Amino acid sequence: MEMVTVYIDGVEVKVPSDYTVLKAARKAGIKIPTLCYLKDVNQIGACRVCLVEIERARGLQASCVYPVSEGLKVHTRTAKVLSARKQVVELLLSNHPQECLTCSRSTNCELQTLAKDLGITDIPFVGEKNTYEVDLSSPSIVRDASKCILCRRCVSVCTQIQQVGVLGLINRGFDTTVGPPFKHGVGEVNCTNCGQCINVCPVGALKEVDHTERVWEALADPDKHVIVQTAPAVRAALGEEFGLPMGTPVTGRMVASLRRLGFDKVFDTNFTADLTIIEEGHEVIERLTTGGKLPVITSCSPGWVKFCEHFFPDLLENLSSAKSPQQMFGALAKSYYPETEKIDPKSVYSVSVMPCTAKKFECQRPEMEQAGTPDVDAVLTTRELGAMIRQAGIDFVNLPDEKADAPMGIGTGAADIFGATGGVMEAAIRTVYEVISGQPLPSLELAPVRGLEGVKEATLDVPNFGEVRVAVAHGLANAAKLMRVVQEGKKQYHFIEVMACPGGCVGGGGQPLVTSADRIALEEDYQAVRVKAIYAEDRGKTLRKSHENPAISEVYEKYLGKPLGEKSHHLLHTKYVARSKYNVPIPEQEKAESVK
Amino acid sequence: MDFNRAHVLEMEDIAFFKPQKRVALENCGLIDPESIEEYIAKDGYFALAKCVSEMTPGAVIEEITKSGLRGRGGAGFPTGTKWAFAAPEVADQKYVVCNADEGDPGAFMDRSVLEGDPHRVLEAMAIAGYAIGASQGFIYIRAEYPIAVERLRLAIRQAQELGVLGKNIFGSSFSFNIELRLGAGAFVCGEETALLASTEGRRGEPRPRPPFPAVSGLFEKPTVINNVETLANIPKIIRMGADWFSAMGTERSKGTKVFALAGKINNIGLIEVPMGTTLETVINEVGGGIQGGKKFKAAQIGGPSGGCLTSAHLGVAIDYESLTQAGAMMGSGGLIVMDEDTCMVDIARFFLEFTQEESCGKCPPCRIGTKRMLEILDKITTGNGTMEDLDHLETLAETIRDSSLCALGQTAPNPVLSTIKNFRDEYEAHILEKRCPSGVCLSLLSYTIDPEKCIGCGLCAKACPVEAISGVIKEPHSIDQSKCIKCGACMDTCKFSAISKK
Repeated sequence: MEMVTVYIDGVEVKVPSDYTVLKAARKAGIKIPTLCYLKDVNQIGACRVCLVEIERARGLQASCVYPVSEGLKVHTRTAKVLSARKQVVELLLSNHPQECLTCSRSTNCELQTLAKDLGITDIPFVGEKNTYEVDLSSPSIVRDASKCILCRRCVSVCTQIQQVGVLGLINRGFDTTVGPPFKHGVGEVNCTNCGQCINVCPVGALKEVDHTERVWEALADPDKHVIVQTAPAVRAALGEEFGLPMGTPVTGRMVASLRRLGFDKVFDTNFTADLTIIEEGHEVIERLTTGGKLPVITSCSPGWVKFCEHFFPDLLENLSSAKSPQQMFGALAKSYYPETEKIDPKSVYSVSVMPCTAKKFECQRPEMEQAGTPDVDAVLTTRELGAMIRQAGIDFVNLPDEKADAPMGIGTGAADIFGATGGVMEAAIRTVYEVISGQPLPSLELAPVRGLEGVKEATLDVPNFGEVRVAVAHGLANAAKLMRVVQEGKKQYHFIEVMACPGGCVGGGGQPLVTSADRIALEEDYQAVRVKAIYAEDRGKTLRKSHENPAISEVYEKYLGKPLGEKSHHLLHTKYVARSKYNVPIPEQEKAESVK
Repeated sequence: MDFNRAHVLEMEDIAFFKPQKRVALENCGLIDPESIEEYIAKDGYFALAKCVSEMTPGAVIEEITKSGLRGRGGAGFPTGTKWAFAAPEVADQKYVVCNADEGDPGAFMDRSVLEGDPHRVLEAMAIAGYAIGASQGFIYIRAEYPIAVERLRLAIRQAQELGVLGKNIFGSSFSFNIELRLGAGAFVCGEETALLASTEGRRGEPRPRPPFPAVSGLFEKPTVINNVETLANIPKIIRMGADWFSAMGTERSKGTKVFALAGKINNIGLIEVPMGTTLETVINEVGGGIQGGKKFKAAQIGGPSGGCLTSAHLGVAIDYESLTQAGAMMGSGGLIVMDEDTCMVDIARFFLEFTQEESCGKCPPCRIGTKRMLEILDKITTGNGTMEDLDHLETLAETIRDSSLCALGQTAPNPVLSTIKNFRDEYEAHILEKRCPSGVCLSLLSYTIDPEKCIGCGLCAKACPVEAISGVIKEPHSIDQSKCIKCGACMDTCKFSAISKK
């Protein structure tokens, strides 16, 4: 890349010619405040907070989109610039509820931080405020458009990174707002519940549907036997809620904190992640050897499953019928577990802690219940668990490491890596290879499916079968790209892994929030940092293949029989439904308006 | 028989036409716009023929540059320079886009050209296409111009049938085609990047520049966007030469400009005068002076984003620079003349209300800032304003001007800034004396009955729609101010001039 010299507040700095002024300023050690800007997600120059003066350019310019050029002279802290930035934020605040004390984002709000950094002590402008009803239509996501500052990060992530496109701009001028079309709620359109919009929202306009209250109630109920499972990616990020460096694995402390919160048993989704590998792995083997529908596509990401139901209904037959680890756990929690422990299944209250908001939807799917009671009663996000630990006054950072309860708390390294893109594929191959070939896998770690490239491919030579071609996609736009390849028959794969969120579950919509400033400060993608914790967990285990999990062998021996057997089929497998764009018809009134 | 052989006046003999010079409007009203033959009879498509057969693309750009033609859509960017930016760009596809999204209230110069002389625009677009190496043109036109749309469609078809649009025009290797894109009437789509977004089928809202459309425009391809009136000048410049064109106008603003003359003036309608004509000539000679012999107070020039000029500016020779210097702008050429009965605070409020409603909502200064300005103006015009509000109004206006994303926001405060500058006393009268000097702002008005003049006929009481007037017949009546809605019906009915408003 060609280098150019620019002068920022008189500081001479040499930067590649594709840099923006904002990026060049960072290199010159100058921190220009931003708001709508989010690295790799949203760079549109809309919020006018990163304004700077550029010599020979008219007016003030948004540094996040202004390209550098040779000899460019930029001034970032003139009186005009400082006053404009401050007034822009004052204007935003004048149309904001200012309910900071009771807002879910208080002390973690990018607007709040910005107002403080800019020295705003009062809001000189008063006038009309836009108020909207809170959108409670979704099982996963709550939208409070009154708090929205129209930065459009959610729109960018929903339309570009995820290619779902349920969020867009509505109306114009002062009445501009963000939302799904035709005044529908997010629960009434083809939202996948992935929650990426929550992850990027700088304010409290988007959050998950709260399940903490019902969990507190269950914990306080002496008649309930409350058990909890924690997904692999939770332990890779929960520490961030308590100020630990990103990428710190906190499995032991997480288990200890859950015990202190009062859960009767602390189990681990890793157990059913291993079980998923056995069931799904055997499904792959069956389809490979008996000429079944190929490629087999993973189904453990509920955001991806719903995306597929809306956008690629013709590929639903390709989805593995195996339930996700959360739901396999739920099914066993209400059958196998009470039966072996000799307790009343009705007294069991099953809670899961997930990096995911779509799991809140998944647990409510009608397929996911037995005799009218859901297999999973409550789904907490990593953030919600963090909040509960804080509410209980537990000193998380200084907790001792504790181990999860047996048998449903036992998992292998293969289960740990479920939390990263490529992880399910890698875990499945560790088992499928050995089952088909009858030989140990030469190298456990499958490098081509690791990393953050959007679509990854690998070809394996499996003795007794031959070439197995696999592909991995993360982020729904990448998934869509890969699915079109499959639809058009351009490439023949045997097995495909899809995770809805960028980076896989570590980047899930329920994970601790990473602000724009933190993303800029990181040298690499935040998902990559969390992934390191996941791989470290795997490497630290002696058991790294799902079929080596003794608790899994036990559950088959004692209860399930054999993989893909009748009991498995009943408890551990599911089906999917094709879905349209809207869950409800367009209201009559809207129709009339559009005709006008 | 004895014929009255009275002399039929030449156009030049009529005061309205005398100072005018028609270039862009040359054929409007003279030829049948639905006949390509009539356009050709007026030398139509000769310029295009000259370009493709005798001139290199570089020579065409050179000629336009030399003519000094500047964009007639608002900013006045030199047209030749714009073309010269796009010409060297290497791309598999380039575009010429005609901005026919005329949105200023009361402005209809582009509509006139499109309805009266559509081929002129097509010819100019083809010339632009030849100059920059584009083979496809789009006309982005508002759907509210159905006649213009229909005539453009017909004109495109005729031009294609005759081969002046399409493949290998005039037997050359140059091919060019034009399609229409209909806009849904958003004012902001006149801003070029918003126009491009809308043409592509996305929400019509601007994006920051650079990259400029000449480098990355429609579908991210190099694109030249010219306004209708700009294009309407092109064929004649090619035919008559750059020197002919640059002989008209001032040092930096060449040629003529079409204005939509409106307001309290005797002759309203489209006029086309050479650049450099004074405001006085436009108002008093072409416009025939103020209606009813009243006093000229101000002229809003440049549409809702323009500024107000006062009697102190009557001698200003109208061109891009002088208008900017006077706190207004050329804009697309709206010219609204106001007399002594106009309240300048109310006028500023009126224009700001328009731009506020038309804001796309992308950036906070325009989206929220103009709303807050409007709220302050509401306070002032209803007698609730403070001097602190006036300060807020000014600082807000400056911030919005400096920090908005596009020209809509950057220029939205102009009417407020220019009226504060030129008519500060009116603002102060509203704030300090709770008085509207022009008697326009209803909240600050009161109707009163002069007991000396009132004979107690009771007509006013009958006319009053809200029964605010009471009194005994043959005795002076009075108005209950708490009930009065200030409709003025009483004043209209009184035969004794006993009712006054102040």
